[in-house]
Amino acid sequence: MSAFDLYLLAPELSLAALALVLVLVDLVVRNKTVLPVLAVLGLTVPLIFSLILWFDLSSGDTMQMHGMFNTLVVDKFSLFFKFLLIAAAGIVILSSTDYVQKFARFQAEYYALVLFATTGMMLLASTTELITIYISLELTALPIAALAAFMRDGRSTESGMKFLVLSAISSAVLLYGMVIVYGYTGTTSLPQIAEQIGNLSLLGGSPFGSNALLFGIVLMIAGFGFKVASVPFQMWAPDVYEGSPTPVTAFLSVASKAAGFAVILRVFYGAFPADMLSLDWSATFAVLSALSMTIGNLVAVRQDNIKRLMGYSTIAHAGYILVGLAAVTARTPGAESIGPSGVLFYLGGFAATNLAAFSVIIAISNRINSDRIDDYAGMARRAPVLATVLTLSMISLTGIPPAVGFWAKIYLFSAAIEANLEWLVVIGVVNSVISAYYYLRVVKAMFLSEPTSEERVAFGLPMQLAVALGFIGTLIFGIYPTPLLNLARTAAGALLS
Amino acid sequence: MSLENFLVVAAIIFAIGLYGAITKQNAIAVLMSLELMFNAVNISAVAMSRYIVPVSIAQNPQTGADQAVQFLLTGQVFTVFIITVAAAEVALGLAIVLSIFRQRASIFVSDAAELKN
Repeated sequence: MSAFDLYLLAPELSLAALALVLVLVDLVVRNKTVLPVLAVLGLTVPLIFSLILWFDLSSGDTMQMHGMFNTLVVDKFSLFFKFLLIAAAGIVILSSTDYVQKFARFQAEYYALVLFATTGMMLLASTTELITIYISLELTALPIAALAAFMRDGRSTESGMKFLVLSAISSAVLLYGMVIVYGYTGTTSLPQIAEQIGNLSLLGGSPFGSNALLFGIVLMIAGFGFKVASVPFQMWAPDVYEGSPTPVTAFLSVASKAAGFAVILRVFYGAFPADMLSLDWSATFAVLSALSMTIGNLVAVRQDNIKRLMGYSTIAHAGYILVGLAAVTARTPGAESIGPSGVLFYLGGFAATNLAAFSVIIAISNRINSDRIDDYAGMARRAPVLATVLTLSMISLTGIPPAVGFWAKIYLFSAAIEANLEWLVVIGVVNSVISAYYYLRVVKAMFLSEPTSEERVAFGLPMQLAVALGFIGTLIFGIYPTPLLNLARTAAGALLS
Repeated sequence: MSLENFLVVAAIIFAIGLYGAITKQNAIAVLMSLELMFNAVNISAVAMSRYIVPVSIAQNPQTGADQAVQFLLTGQVFTVFIITVAAAEVALGLAIVLSIFRQRASIFVSDAAELKN
């Protein structure tokens, strides 16, 4: 381990250090309102380190920097996710403050767990080795399980237990897949796996026959499918989303999903390049995508709890993002880069939109203590700003201009058309129409129904910041998507190089 | 003893663990089943690391000796990490089971079923 390794790891190290500092500060400070301020200000340190790394990459000749015995890579792909995750963690902390101040104890631990989970996600985006990927995944999953059970009431502990058990099962399945791939190729490093697969197919002889490798890859898809909540590995999502504290739900639906897709892209591009394998894993992703979109949207239609509705909506969005993964490997010349950059663009836009929506949901449920859509009746009169922001988010999630969700869908679907997956695009468009029904039902409740009470819904400064950041992200990138799109293209280019 | 023997044992243990994790009513038994799944993976990893030498190295024994050691040890290192993380996982699981027990005076999974459609 050298100084250069520390430099490459600086964003993650500073984030973990910040979490520890928060716990220590909590011991000596009596006024707990300092904690979220410290957490959000402290997030600038990893952000600055990431920016330094970004400019270092831009000015140098190399596309990527390797460190920590070749288990870690810093390229623009991983830095894209670091920016995204730091922003998501910041907004989640801002929108948590009102909520967390109700806790008598363990306020600092709450923020520290969010930051530890973010550290794991950031590592996940920049690892190129199976053991490190597994450790980072667990560093993400364990703090989230603790956060889901944080309220320690019946529903919260239940959701924590469900998340922990199902995430452990999926980890075991993923590990089994990893071990089989290791047994087949003799290595756990992603570039070397690709190299060995190339060697083996050239030599013709292989220890088990390529069915073993296929089995390993399928198990890994199942394990990662759980992390991004795609059908048929989605059972945990609605329950955990409903039972967890709402800021944790927001964190889970945005950050955890982004990190999951980061590692899927990294593994499947790094270790299993399509041209080397006889099997076509893009077809698997296409099927998962169609199933996730359809089942997520159809079940969401009959939900009356908004957190549960968002849970199913996230499953559907995992399906839309998988369209990009399916489009990736279809071997059409010129279409290679559209798939992954579409995924990255969608994740960025989805993060802004979903964080805006969840900030509003948190602000409203802090006040009216209910997550039922019926209780949102007349919210346009009780809280005009919140209702407007939630409306824009719902429009963006449906995929209607002028919100970022529109461009994200257009871009992904055009990638799929380039890859000759017209049937998947048809399913995607039909699903967008279905999703309009339940998204706009929330809008209808807020604007057209009579309010049940005239009491205004007030919310504090941190929450105002969180709502504003999400709103600005959704609207600005909806009107002028080019900067985010260029960023996504650069990042995807680094992955493919 | 060939590699197949170990892999078959591992596959059987994995299947038993998966079955237990899905069907067991007692939350502690669920955690034990998870442990079985992780240990099945451990058996595979260690067996693989003992038996497998990549084709590219096996064909080139002179230059490959150092590399072979590195390849072989990877599986054992993997196992050490899996054991460590599984321990952390079970510790957290027990903590959550404890708080479920405080809420409901029961550790049966079927008693914790408030959240459903």
